[in-house]
Amino acid sequence: MTNMLEVSNLSISFGGLKAVNDFSMTIKKGQLYGLIGPNGAGKTTVFNLLTGVYKADKGKIILDGKSLLGLNTIEINKAGIARTFQNIRLFKELSVIDNVKVGLHNHHKYSTLEGVLRLPRFFKVEKEMQERAMDLLRVMGLDGEANVIAANLPYGKQRKLEIARALATNPKLLLLDEPAAGMNPNETEELMETIRFVRDRFDMTILLIEHDMRLVGGICEEITVLNFGQVLTQGVTSEVLNDPQVITAYLGE
Amino acid sequence: MKKTGLSKTTRSNFITYGIVIVLAAIMYILQLTGILSSSMQGFLVPMCIYVIMAVSLNLVVGILGELSLGHAGFMCVGAYTSAIFSKCMESTLTFAPLRFGIAILIGAACAAIFGMLIGIPVLRLKGDYLAIVTLAFGEIIKNICNVINLGLDSEGFHLSLKNSTELGLAEDGMIIIKGAQGISGTPKDSNFLIGVVLVLVTLFVVLNLINSRDGRAIMSIRDNRIAAESIGINITKYKLMVFTISAAFAGVAGALYSHNFATLTATGDKFNYNASIMILVYVVLGGIGNIRGSVIATIILYILPEKLRFLSDYRMLVYAIVLIIVMLYNWSPKMKEYRAIAKAKIKERFGRKKEEKAV
Repeated sequence: MTNMLEVSNLSISFGGLKAVNDFSMTIKKGQLYGLIGPNGAGKTTVFNLLTGVYKADKGKIILDGKSLLGLNTIEINKAGIARTFQNIRLFKELSVIDNVKVGLHNHHKYSTLEGVLRLPRFFKVEKEMQERAMDLLRVMGLDGEANVIAANLPYGKQRKLEIARALATNPKLLLLDEPAAGMNPNETEELMETIRFVRDRFDMTILLIEHDMRLVGGICEEITVLNFGQVLTQGVTSEVLNDPQVITAYLGE
Repeated sequence: MKKTGLSKTTRSNFITYGIVIVLAAIMYILQLTGILSSSMQGFLVPMCIYVIMAVSLNLVVGILGELSLGHAGFMCVGAYTSAIFSKCMESTLTFAPLRFGIAILIGAACAAIFGMLIGIPVLRLKGDYLAIVTLAFGEIIKNICNVINLGLDSEGFHLSLKNSTELGLAEDGMIIIKGAQGISGTPKDSNFLIGVVLVLVTLFVVLNLINSRDGRAIMSIRDNRIAAESIGINITKYKLMVFTISAAFAGVAGALYSHNFATLTATGDKFNYNASIMILVYVVLGGIGNIRGSVIATIILYILPEKLRFLSDYRMLVYAIVLIIVMLYNWSPKMKEYRAIAKAKIKERFGRKKEEKAV
């Protein structure tokens, strides 16, 4: 199995605070990988570094053999990383299907002129987009709500829509930032199914941040534990979760 | 299911075009039969101008979600540049429709350039700060237009910021812009029909833009900039694009304006801050992001102060009260409910008719 993502010695500091320090991690193709740690450990900062929101002070990020260093968010998305957000960031006033269509933006193109003048290419590409978007919604079980305004979706479905939108950009690596936050046990159960299904169906590599240990223990094959911006331990899930160091980091002495 | 999604917006667009065409036809017939008073006839072209202004401003305010207070400045640019062209070419290009067509394009292009220039700081500014910059821009344009003197003679253009005698024109020279007195004697090429056609063109471009791939990208920036960036939407490109297109249409409105009146000056309240605010009022009352609303609100609110003239001194007081009432009730939940009920009733009636036809 080849590596999808190789991160080495990644560091960033805000003022005097070393938010992420010497962070290294390797994710293999098709893997479901977890990133856990107590609040404020720097997990979301790692995501922001991977997606180019922050620029790393030092370190390397290599996605599928290509370095992502110095690229901006848009270029990184084009290179193959898509993400969801801890606090849901949907396009609230757009319909569900339009949210997904925005995700398809860079894959199905026609020029502004073709759009404004409604030339044949507009109809052809829009039809493709409609079909592709409906496919994605069907996969995520949202096809019944295609024309609903995104803000009116129930919480769990908003999370799913965010995943559908990220998938629309056709990524190699999908980053999920606390996908189960605010979900009840039933919804979490369903979400675990969905994540597994997405991985198998799209042959996707997934990196997720999560606090819900049942979810992490249930679906992640390997995990990295982050504490105070540094890697505490990493490896196969069952071993890491039973590591006394990890338990101490979460619960204290 | 799939098809209705697309045809619904198309149908909605056609309703908007329909409203404009029907209203224009009614006005045209009233004008021909002489029922329309001469003062109302004078409002027809300005109404088209302000509809174009409101629709194009709504693209920035409602679709992109940025507050711009300098829209009248772009109109000023379009008005002046197109008027300069028409004055220069009046004797050489005598075919009025062609001359006016080129003048409109020149006005649009110049305003678009200014729109792009103002769009560049927009990429760094947000909200109130952007509003201040656009406001300042509008005032700067207006003030520059107030001091410019421009003349044309056999040697070419002469420019002065002091007065027209400084230009040093030759005997055959012609003063085009005379400081605060502005441009006079622009050929009166505008008419109601051209105005309506330009309104329809504006609506066609703006509505089609909104309901396309680019429109979705623009609205995604409005709804969540960070998320839009994370899925690869080029924010810089789309913000610039919206500002440019919006300014271009303001330029078109400006060209329509300058060719409707014998003299064009930048003094008074035609191109200042108040004018920009007035257009913003049309947009807000019509519903932010609602293009059809902008059209209807502009028509009503433009005529209203004139129809209130019998109140003499209390005119603007009543106008302000009407604005407040509309603002409070137009988008209140109760009103929305009533509208939904009315819509359903209309649909029911039409639906029944269709069924009867089918039988």
